[in-house]
Amino acid sequence: MSKRTLKRIYGKLDLFLLLLIPLAWYVVFKYIPMYGLQIAFRRFNPSLGIAASPWAGMRYFNQFFDSYYFWEIIYNTISLSIYQLVIGFPIPIVLALLINEIQSKHLKKTIQNITYIPHFLSVVVVVSMLNLFSNVDYGIFNRFFGLFGAPAVDYMAKAQYFQTLFVSSTVWQSMGFNSIIYIAALTAIDSTLYEAATIDGCSRFQKILHISLPGLLPTILILFIMRMGSLMEIGFEKVLLMQNPINMSSSEIISTFIYKNGIQKGQFSYSAAVGFFNSIINFGLLVISNSLVKKFTKTSLW
Amino acid sequence: MARRSFTTDDQVFNSVVNVFSIITILIVLYPLVFVLSASFSDPDLVLKGEVLLLPKGITLEPYRMVLQNEKIWLGYRNTIVYTLLGTAINLVMTIMLAYPLSRKDMPFRRAITLFVVFTMYFNGGMIPTYLLVRDIGIYDSIWAIILPVAITTYNFIIAKTFFENSIPHEMYESAMIDGSSNIRTLISIVLPVSSSIIAVLILFYSVSHWNSYFSALIYLRDETLFPLQIVLRDILLLGQTEQMGTNEVGMGDKIKMAEGIKYSVIVVSSLPVLILYPFVQKHFVKGVMIGAVKG
Repeated sequence: MSKRTLKRIYGKLDLFLLLLIPLAWYVVFKYIPMYGLQIAFRRFNPSLGIAASPWAGMRYFNQFFDSYYFWEIIYNTISLSIYQLVIGFPIPIVLALLINEIQSKHLKKTIQNITYIPHFLSVVVVVSMLNLFSNVDYGIFNRFFGLFGAPAVDYMAKAQYFQTLFVSSTVWQSMGFNSIIYIAALTAIDSTLYEAATIDGCSRFQKILHISLPGLLPTILILFIMRMGSLMEIGFEKVLLMQNPINMSSSEIISTFIYKNGIQKGQFSYSAAVGFFNSIINFGLLVISNSLVKKFTKTSLW
Repeated sequence: MARRSFTTDDQVFNSVVNVFSIITILIVLYPLVFVLSASFSDPDLVLKGEVLLLPKGITLEPYRMVLQNEKIWLGYRNTIVYTLLGTAINLVMTIMLAYPLSRKDMPFRRAITLFVVFTMYFNGGMIPTYLLVRDIGIYDSIWAIILPVAITTYNFIIAKTFFENSIPHEMYESAMIDGSSNIRTLISIVLPVSSSIIAVLILFYSVSHWNSYFSALIYLRDETLFPLQIVLRDILLLGQTEQMGTNEVGMGDKIKMAEGIKYSVIVVSSLPVLILYPFVQKHFVKGVMIGAVKG
């Protein structure tokens, strides 16, 4: 190191001191588990520790790929993720556009404050509400759909409703919160653009289409890339809470599978392999979507 | 003529916007109002489906039973401890990390930031983290709840962005000329003008501690350490309501009461966060917006 660099470091010694504990935390709680991922390739024996356990090659990966539930779990994970993406991603954008068009200040504040509330409820509470609302005898879902002549159904106990319940309740809980970013981006759009469009005789809808949406595009793309990077990491906590023996055929996803095999049954190597497989797919999706978006626009995460 | 039709179009558009807004408000609000109303209603009427919007046969009996439950009190106490201690650690750690990395004159700033942010996109996952928690001897203790989530990388980015944008570099230079150390600058210059980001961090972290159930599910076995959310899950989802002091009533009533108290349990557990909400609402919007600047 040159003398100048050393001098620069010396002047910031107290700042490095501040960083010491947080960086140590990152090493211990983030990087050591990455090192620990190698148990996916070893026959992990807790008494030997990670490094001394014998190598097992791709054995645990193959065990997962060959298992009869492999395709079901992959299908459940991917279809739930895509369903959540297709419904859950655009709705906050639409909500932000809607809020942006509201003329009455009072209504604007009201809708914002109310749609943010569910974000503060816990998953346990939201899933309990789903349970209570799905009750065959008195649940409000059945009372509502009963108005249209639908027969009473316990929605939580039917595999075919699992994904819709999951997605709609997640949207209900998070659309307000997720719209904030877009509302912020909308307020940053130059107001002279709208004025010019008014003079040119644009309708309000045309202005949304040709000014608001393009103005939102960079934000949409960044959030889309980030969303892609966690596509397969879909709400483990919530899915686990919503699971029951009856809906298992559509509610068993990769993360709940890892939890059951790893934490509950103690098959650490096997479930670490499944988790590793999942992380690789996520990381791959992140890189692919980032490079695709970068190719067509100038937006990129890095 | 053209002008007139323009105005009418505008009015139609406004009406459509207003109608959709009101529908959205109703969809979000109705389940919340229903739970609140049901919690104050006679469980019998709730189970008959007679409560639709406003409470019927108003009673505080479900609340009395909920408040008699020792597990809920214990869960409440544990959650308060985890939230207070956890948030305090979160706050200190996040600022210790974000402040140095927000300084443009900090050596290796980019490399260290990359080292931190990389963990957002790739991590060891559930099993290796679980093994780590067991290996370092914090399994089944309060530290298993607090330490693995001591920093949230997303919140670090928010804090760093805030410091970068709100404290001009010249301020650091003049502080340096005055002979102030970097840490003193943080305490006497930076923190006093950062109350809004501190409020945001406290809000984000405390809400996530309050609502957290994942860590407890995985790292805790000792029931006396269970936080509120685990107790809630047992009562609300696994139906463990038999201990709810319902011994004095018959079997049929017991089931009714077990269902009836669920609404009150939801209200009791969500209340602290919802009471806090109006006070911090402004900060919380601001926090998300700071985060929006940089993905």
